[in-house]
Amino acid sequence: MYAVDMKGITKTFGDTVANDGVDLSVEEEEIHCILGENGAGKTTLMNVLFGLYERDAGEIFLHDKEVNIRKPSQAIDHGIGMIHQNFMLVNRLSVTDNIVAGAEPKKGIRLDRKKAVKDVRRLSEKYGLKVDPEARIENISVGDQQRVEILKALYRKADILILDEPTAVLTPQEVEDLFRIMRELKESGKTLIFITHKLKETMTITDRITILRDGKKVGTVETGDTNPRDLAQMMVGRDVVLSVEKSEREERPVAFEVKDLNVHNPTNNLYLRDVSFEIEEGEVLGVAGVEGNGQLELEEGLMGLRPTESGEVILRGSDLRELTTRERKKIGIAHIPSDRLRRGLIAEFNLQRNMILGSEWDRPFSRRGFLDRNRIKEYTEEVIEDFDIRGGTADVDAKSLSGGNQQKVILGRELTRDPELIIAAQPTRGVDVGAIEYIHGELLNMRDRGVPVLLISAELDELRSLSDRIIVLYEGEIVASLDADAVDERELGLLMAGEEVEG
Amino acid sequence: MNDVLAAIFSINTLAAMIRMATPIALAAMGGTFSERSGVINIGLEGMILTGAFAGVAGSYYTGNPWVGVLFAVIFGSLVAGIFAVFTVKFKANHVVAGVGLNIFALGLTTWLMQVLWGGRGVSPNVNGLPRVSIPVLDKVPVVNKLITNQSPLVYIMFALIIGGWFLLFKTPLGLRIRMTGERPEAADTLGINVSRVKYFSVILSGALSGLGGAYLSLGYLNMFSRNMSAGRGYMALAANIFGQWNPLGGLGASFLFSFSEAVQLRLQSINLNIANELIQMIPYAITIIVLAGAVIKSRPPEALGEHYGTEE
Amino acid sequence: MKKVSRLWNWLKDLSGLTELVYSLFAIVFALIIGAILIYLSGHDALEAYYYLFFGAFGNIYNLAQTLLKSIPLIFTGLAVAIGFQSGLFNIGIEGQLYWGAFTTAVVVVSLPGLSGYLLIPIALFAGALAGGIWGAFPGYLKAKTGAHEVITTIMLNYVGILATTFLLKNFFKAPGPVDQTKGIPMQARIPELFPNTRLTWSLFIGIAVIILVKYLFSNTSLGYDLQAVGANTSAAEYGGISVSRVTVLTMTISGAVAALAGSTIVLGVLHRFITNFSPGYGFTGIAVAVLGRNKPEGVLAAALLFGALDAGKVSMQLFTNIPGDLITVVQGLVILLVAAPSLIRLFSSTFGRGRELIASE
Repeated sequence: MYAVDMKGITKTFGDTVANDGVDLSVEEEEIHCILGENGAGKTTLMNVLFGLYERDAGEIFLHDKEVNIRKPSQAIDHGIGMIHQNFMLVNRLSVTDNIVAGAEPKKGIRLDRKKAVKDVRRLSEKYGLKVDPEARIENISVGDQQRVEILKALYRKADILILDEPTAVLTPQEVEDLFRIMRELKESGKTLIFITHKLKETMTITDRITILRDGKKVGTVETGDTNPRDLAQMMVGRDVVLSVEKSEREERPVAFEVKDLNVHNPTNNLYLRDVSFEIEEGEVLGVAGVEGNGQLELEEGLMGLRPTESGEVILRGSDLRELTTRERKKIGIAHIPSDRLRRGLIAEFNLQRNMILGSEWDRPFSRRGFLDRNRIKEYTEEVIEDFDIRGGTADVDAKSLSGGNQQKVILGRELTRDPELIIAAQPTRGVDVGAIEYIHGELLNMRDRGVPVLLISAELDELRSLSDRIIVLYEGEIVASLDADAVDERELGLLMAGEEVEG
Repeated sequence: MNDVLAAIFSINTLAAMIRMATPIALAAMGGTFSERSGVINIGLEGMILTGAFAGVAGSYYTGNPWVGVLFAVIFGSLVAGIFAVFTVKFKANHVVAGVGLNIFALGLTTWLMQVLWGGRGVSPNVNGLPRVSIPVLDKVPVVNKLITNQSPLVYIMFALIIGGWFLLFKTPLGLRIRMTGERPEAADTLGINVSRVKYFSVILSGALSGLGGAYLSLGYLNMFSRNMSAGRGYMALAANIFGQWNPLGGLGASFLFSFSEAVQLRLQSINLNIANELIQMIPYAITIIVLAGAVIKSRPPEALGEHYGTEE
Repeated sequence: MKKVSRLWNWLKDLSGLTELVYSLFAIVFALIIGAILIYLSGHDALEAYYYLFFGAFGNIYNLAQTLLKSIPLIFTGLAVAIGFQSGLFNIGIEGQLYWGAFTTAVVVVSLPGLSGYLLIPIALFAGALAGGIWGAFPGYLKAKTGAHEVITTIMLNYVGILATTFLLKNFFKAPGPVDQTKGIPMQARIPELFPNTRLTWSLFIGIAVIILVKYLFSNTSLGYDLQAVGANTSAAEYGGISVSRVTVLTMTISGAVAALAGSTIVLGVLHRFITNFSPGYGFTGIAVAVLGRNKPEGVLAAALLFGALDAGKVSMQLFTNIPGDLITVVQGLVILLVAAPSLIRLFSSTFGRGRELIASE
């Protein structure tokens, strides 16, 4: 008997087929992995199961009974709980409020807050999910927030739990803790569906794996019968080079230097304290750390997008700290922002207009404030060609491109300005494998041409394969500076979690 | 100078303040509910106007001002319902739809006034609400001067504000409303019906604004005149923002606005040597100064003005 | 039904015209509801709309009235649209146009000796400058303190109208019972296009400003910055655009354009400044901008439509006794319907292709 049996699920958005006749069979009390690249249709399939999307075709059976799920409330009634990749939590409300909303304990017409808090506390003790029921979401860590998400599902008595890319935001140690919780949940009789694109995690935790590619099911395998290479092959549809080749480099003069930089972010009250580092010509400096430990403040502080309190930012001998963002761009800082859609592109503008963002007052695109539209169009077409941007001409809006191609638009715009320094933050987030390879290649290319690169990333593999050196940020401070070739993942994980490492 | 201060801080000024704050505070709480659920409500103005008109019409045809009040609440809810259908179901831009609703309500009430009663400027006089006093409060010093012999809607307003605060912060429904305005997708994944919560909140805002309108037309003038709301809906929206999307805060802000308005009226009446226009500016100038100098930076609900639909 | 469906598809295929088609649907739909209201109030809707149409287009004189009534709406609609393009909702048009009208009148009255060729441009410029400053103020407040422009501009409307009234009464009032300035000299009046219609060359000033603004948005770096801030403030910051500067500039330009509505009325129609002369051009401007989808050419078309409704309702009221306020109802409905494009799309799904349209959005 299957806990979940989905047959021939099809879901389209406009002309895009996100799921094309997908079958999925999940046994009771197993951890079943759905593996696939970004855009393969994993989340869409689960959103259909959870009732967030209405399917165009297909049938769903739970414990051998056909069900008709059209709304999340129906999925919840059938014992399905979903832990979303972007947590579905309200920052301003307490842990308890977030958990009980929609199924509140009542006393007369009031919400019985005392009982609610007690229920949450009991549940969190029962499953070993430690959180403070009275804390506000905005004041607790990402790992705690994830526990709240799991508690939300358990509070509703879910016996089928969907976890959508749950490890993306966690340190290696937190991942281990999550896996412990997942095993315990399985032993207490729950069925777990685990969505990921990370091969190593799949091999560690799951019983069976269903692979999706381009909205279609490729196959289902027993975890014990497979290996990462085969999985990668099924996931991408061709052989994948899992590591990049990086040329040897010799010591060269320092090109970019940050001394005792201090930044304060009042919204999350994070202080970036006395951050100092140097980057040589043709060197990639990686910045590791769990998100929210000062990466954004560093990125935006260096670009003048956020006020800095003290320190020096020196590019080839001159201090940038008094310069505006526009001036920093003009002297040659290329910036690939961590939040592509919020910062890097204007979704409603066409590619031509996106391509001149930041240089709309400069020659050759503008003369005395008047735009040279022919020149802009030519340039855009060149970049589309050179950077292999697919799915668009110069006249389409940026929002119609896929994530990978949007990132190539930003990369093209920033790298064709002859940069003196590249600040690349999360350059491959949410991007498919082909584009990742391309972006890595371009960044190494710039490195080989002598450009210093600051690479801020949450992907440890990316940091290790591209960087020459790695610094680790923890609570706004640099806690370690390491040679990229000599570092191992476990050590990096401990440093990111703020632990001391003997060394 | 002493005359001026005495005029400003007299009991009469404060009593006038409470009177003038009543419709604004009611509509402001309407704005609070609507915006807490995520719908920007510029349309308060039109809802007040509709309520004022419906109140007079109800009283005119039945002779009973309380039926008028009922009409005001029903028709205020009705136009709010139209607004909700446009903003929630058809995903209209909230601000634009609100402006449209206000123009629609202005045209409709003026047109109906002429169709029903002929004149373009004002309606005939109708039976208004009686002034009442509350037995116990009658005996309390100071308070008795402030809120005795007021329209019953003044007392109802105080009760509703407290009830609204309780509903929003102490009940399951209130939690659902707040969650919807902050993060509708979170509410949805908890099985909360996002649209239904928004409909409820917007329609409630219409009922409250309609009641505020009834106070304008049946509470002291006992008739309807063209564009009677005269910008109170916008003031109410501002009061709601000042009040940090909290009914009690909205009441406080309404008091602030109407205090400066009451002072302005008092100053006009004691014949100072200052031009009327300058005195009339006071409430507006104070609003701007408070808004620009506000120490507390307001933090609106996070999903305010956004549309929710899972498949877009 | 099949024919209608084919017609719909044909209209849809003319790319870029879709929005126009939606707007036309909105207008027709609103007029149908208006007709139902007319019928319910015991009048003949066809007759009413005949006079509405006649009053707007029936003869040269009526056509001139339509154009005349469109002129202030061209300016106020464009002013609102400029704000919207960079994400600002300028509801302060009314106050800005009062400052424009007042300043223009005062400048003309103070410089009576100049020739018209100098005086008219100077007076228009002075009016635009005053409105621009009045618009810049809430822009500055927003940039520096975060005070929301929707509320500050509403408040500044009252302050602006009261302030101009105060200045007029105390310093520039002409003798007599009416609160107005002296009449402006003949040479400062914008000449009529057709005799005895009061329709003046102001119409072409309006069209010229429309063209200028269109050029600003499509061909200049400044226009790019304005639209970038409106489309995505964070990305604009990332690109090094100063959002504060753009906010103040946008509100200045918007206020200046709004002021021209007042200035052209003073120089072309009233020939003096009178208190409370505007019947709400600023608020109708919001409707015009929305209907015109914040594009300059759209604003022009929408202003002409609203001008026609305004001119037509006079004759409708005169000949059929239906209160002209009914047309205000229709205008409000048009805005509501245009604000909700998915409603119109749903409407069109009765003709068979709506679902696809919704899905492809």
